[in-house]
Amino acid sequence: MRKKANKRVIPFFGLSMGVTLTILSLVVLIPLASLVIFTAQMSWSDIVATITRDRVIASFEVSFLTSFIASAINAVMGVVLAWVLVRYDFPFKRLLDGMIELPFALPTAVAGIALTSLTANTGLIGSFFDKFGIQIAYTRVGITVALVFIGIPFVVRTVQPVLEKLDSTYEEAAGVLGASRIKIFWKIIFPEIRPAVFTGFGLAFGRCLGEYGSVVFIAGNKPYETEITPLIIMSELQEYDYSSATAIALVMLLAAFLILFGVNIIQARNTKILKGG
Amino acid sequence: MHEETKGSKLLKWFLIGISALFIFLMLVLPLITVIVEAFKSGIETYWEAVSDDYTIKAVLLTIEATLCAVLINTVFGLFASWAITKFHFKGKKLLTTLIDIPVTVSPIIAGLIFVLTYGRQSIIYPALQDMGIQVVFAVPGIVLATIFVTFPFISRELIPVLEAQGTDEEEAAALMGAGGFTIFRKITFPHIKWAFLYGIVLCAARAMGEFGAVSVLSGHLRGKTNTLPLHVEILFNEFKYVPAFAVSSILVMLAVIILIIRSVVEYRGKKAA
Repeated sequence: MRKKANKRVIPFFGLSMGVTLTILSLVVLIPLASLVIFTAQMSWSDIVATITRDRVIASFEVSFLTSFIASAINAVMGVVLAWVLVRYDFPFKRLLDGMIELPFALPTAVAGIALTSLTANTGLIGSFFDKFGIQIAYTRVGITVALVFIGIPFVVRTVQPVLEKLDSTYEEAAGVLGASRIKIFWKIIFPEIRPAVFTGFGLAFGRCLGEYGSVVFIAGNKPYETEITPLIIMSELQEYDYSSATAIALVMLLAAFLILFGVNIIQARNTKILKGG
Repeated sequence: MHEETKGSKLLKWFLIGISALFIFLMLVLPLITVIVEAFKSGIETYWEAVSDDYTIKAVLLTIEATLCAVLINTVFGLFASWAITKFHFKGKKLLTTLIDIPVTVSPIIAGLIFVLTYGRQSIIYPALQDMGIQVVFAVPGIVLATIFVTFPFISRELIPVLEAQGTDEEEAAALMGAGGFTIFRKITFPHIKWAFLYGIVLCAARAMGEFGAVSVLSGHLRGKTNTLPLHVEILFNEFKYVPAFAVSSILVMLAVIILIIRSVVEYRGKKAA
């Protein structure tokens, strides 16, 4: 009794827990429970039959492949951007820093139609590549471009704080001892930022897998070719085939949770580095 | 490090060049495209598209959904971050994981979850019908979906700040007899002011731009269940490119304003810390 009183000198424990759990239940838990209930009513063989349809499997391939490539591009560019923003001074640096957040602020549908009109054969970028016979819009390349746009902030924002904390004395020592810049980067800097890069990559990958708004316009949505999994779920819903939609959604949810699980493990290590452990 | 050799200077400008080019191609150019395309047929056509009845109705519905999301998530964010950072209890880790679920699922799956909860195959559907409430393909569905996708945005900004601040000051104030509300207003709130404002800005930005989840629940009834991003989609799919970009330009302007507020808030927050 005394111990409890000691612990909770600060008021409002009951009230704040009550409000928190009520809103959480109404907004998140009850809807999630209905997904579980609905899934429980479906038969295992139906689920397997749905998710192994050729068209669905093709969409998994499109979604995972384009998301992976886009996140890998963002991992590389994210490190470059974070490095430039932390280590160098140049004009308009704060503007560049602020721009990184744009994909979070700009509605995905707007990004989608803007990128589509840029990369279509008549667009500014599209017409340039068209001369070499390269199509961007309405191909998997287009999907990847949209996903790169969506994923830009993730790696930059995870790597930036680590680079800021990084002590440069080791680099200087290595430089004095005659190590090349490439060697310094791979042997001294990269091991420190590696968890942050993977965390950012994982977060971007998860986001890309579920992305819908920016991709539907640029993808062309050709079955087997450029049809992403969220779009298949969407079309099943429009045909009121809730069982198929749920079965496919379960696969994507599983993937999302696995990615999140991996990210959490890496992040725990990252926090250690940030705190200097 | 500090003595800049010729090689390191070259590398510096090379990397800055790559970064600037990447940001220009991926972020600046799309923004310019929206504005250029919007004004392609002159300012009159632009104005016509922006002041169109359906556009105005879409703007109003977007504002409604955004306000609801900000309001609910603010209440939730304040209480949840207070509970999580000021007290010890079992299951805290589970609670924070559950709060984060909405941002980890695809917007389409978020929409699907609400269709399953309130749609016609749901067990509560007959009861809802008796009360005359329609959620799916109606405004309540859009509002619910918007609240869901922005759910952790405010609590997520508040929790780290409150955690860093600890509980000593509140405990001292409580022991000296200060009331709960006074403690919050005088001690806690000054610490979280900027993070709180930032959370609201993020929440509003995402709420007004939400597309996937809202798209599932909307049914795309023009003038009734159409938000701004959905209106953009309809116009674009009807090959009405100029109006589509004109409507988009409203969202672009809002996005730029949000980015400016964001950097001001971040700058002030850093100065305060």
